[in-house]
Amino acid sequence: MSFFGLIRLFIFPGVLFAVPAGWFFVWAEHKAVARIQRRIGPPLLQPFYDFIKLLGKRTPARTGVEAVLLKLYPVFSVLSLAGALALLPVFPHSAAGFSGDCVLLVALLEVPSICYILAGFTSGSIYGQIGAIREAVLSVANNVVLLLAIVTVAVTENTFRLTDLAGPTMNPGHWIGVLGILLCIPAKLRLNPFSTSSAEQEIYAGSLTEYAGAALGLWELAHALEWVALTGLVATLVLPAALPWFLYAPAFALVCLLQVLVLSAIAAGTARYTLQRSINFYWRWAGVLAVLAIGSAAAMRFHL
Amino acid sequence: MTIVDRLMHLARRKSPRIFHLNTGSCNGCDIELVTCLSPRYDVEQLGIHLEGSPRHADILCITGPVTRNTLDAVKTAYAQVCEPKAVVALGSCPASCNVFAGSPMIAGPLEKHIPVDVYVPGCPPHPDAIINGIAKASEILANRGVREEAKGKPQK
Repeated sequence: MSFFGLIRLFIFPGVLFAVPAGWFFVWAEHKAVARIQRRIGPPLLQPFYDFIKLLGKRTPARTGVEAVLLKLYPVFSVLSLAGALALLPVFPHSAAGFSGDCVLLVALLEVPSICYILAGFTSGSIYGQIGAIREAVLSVANNVVLLLAIVTVAVTENTFRLTDLAGPTMNPGHWIGVLGILLCIPAKLRLNPFSTSSAEQEIYAGSLTEYAGAALGLWELAHALEWVALTGLVATLVLPAALPWFLYAPAFALVCLLQVLVLSAIAAGTARYTLQRSINFYWRWAGVLAVLAIGSAAAMRFHL
Repeated sequence: MTIVDRLMHLARRKSPRIFHLNTGSCNGCDIELVTCLSPRYDVEQLGIHLEGSPRHADILCITGPVTRNTLDAVKTAYAQVCEPKAVVALGSCPASCNVFAGSPMIAGPLEKHIPVDVYVPGCPPHPDAIINGIAKASEILANRGVREEAKGKPQK
C-alpha cells in the first residue's frame, strides 16, 4: 500500500475524518428532523456521548459460538466501511486506485447489510429474525437499483476505476446513475420511508434487539460511517476532480451535509412504508428507471 | 476520579436511554411520558431517547401498580437492562398501588420486587416532573457507575 493509500485509510476520507464526520451527520440528521418537527433537538456531542456510554455498559456474558459471532459482525461492518472510505476517489490522481476498484467498493458497502442480516438470525430473538428477513428482502430490491446505477455510471465512462469515474461529466447517463444511487441511500441507511428493517418500537430494534454495550456502540459507529461512505460516494461523483485540495475538502463535506439534510427532510416528512410498498418502489419504479438508464447509456456508448 | 472516569460520568449523564414498561397502568402516565417526547417538552435536548429494547436502555420507566400478570415481565425487563442502570417509578401506582391497593390481582408496590431509585408522584405526574425524575435518575446512574468501577479496581 502506498503512502497515499495509508493517508486515505487513516486520515481523509478514512477513519480520522470519517468518525467525527459520521457522528456529525448522525447529529445533523436528528437535529434536522427535530427542527422540522419544531423541536430543539439533541446537543452536538450526543452521538459521541452515546458511543462512550455504550462502551461503559457491562453486558451479560453469552456462551457458545454465537457469542463470538455477535461480537464479530459489528467489527466486520466497521472495518469494511473504513476500507470503503479509503477507496473513495477524493483528490483523484492517476496513481490512485486500481482497475475495478468500483466493484470492490460496492462489495465493501454491502458487508454491513449482510452482517446486519446475520446478526438478526444469530441473536435468536424473534424480533431480530423479523428484522433480518426484512433487511434481506429490502436489500435484494435496492441493490439491483444500486448496482444498475453504478454500472450506468461506469458504462458512460467505459471503466470500473473510481478515479476515472469521479467528477461531473456532460453525459446524462452519469447524472441518472447518481440519481439512482441517491434513491438507494435511504434504504441502505434504514431511514424513513424505508425503515422497515429497523422499525423502532414496531419490532423493538430489529436485528439489534439483543445487542447491548460496546457491540451496540460499534453498530452505531458503523451506521455513522455508512452515512459518510454513501454520501461521500455521491459527492465524489458530482464534485469536479480538478479542484485544489483546500477547495475540494470543504466542498466534499458540504455536498455530504446537503445530502444529509435532504435525506433527513424526506425521513421526517414520510411515514414508514410496509415491506411490500418498499419493494414495489424499488422493483417497479426505481428498477425500471435503472434498466432504462443502463440501456440508453449502453446504446450511447456502443453507438447502437 | 481519573479523566476516563470523568468522561464516562459525563457521557452517562448526557445519554440516558429509557425503556418504558406498562404494568397495568390506566394509560394516564403513559400518555404523559409520551408527551415528554413531543415538541412542547422535547426531551431529546437532554439526550433522552425512548428505546424499543430494554437491552439498549439505561433507565427503566415503570408505570402501573404491577399486576400479577406483569410481574414476570417487570423482573425480566429489569434483568435485561445492562449495568449501570436506574429505575424510575412514574405516578402513584408503582409507589403505593394507588386506588388498586388491596386488590388480589395486584402484586405491587414496585419496590417489593425491584429496587426503585426515583419516584415521580402524581396521578398522572406532570411531564415536567417526569423529565425532572429522569434527569435525577441519570445523575444517580452516572454516580453509581463511577462507584462500581472504583469498587472493581484495586484499592491504593
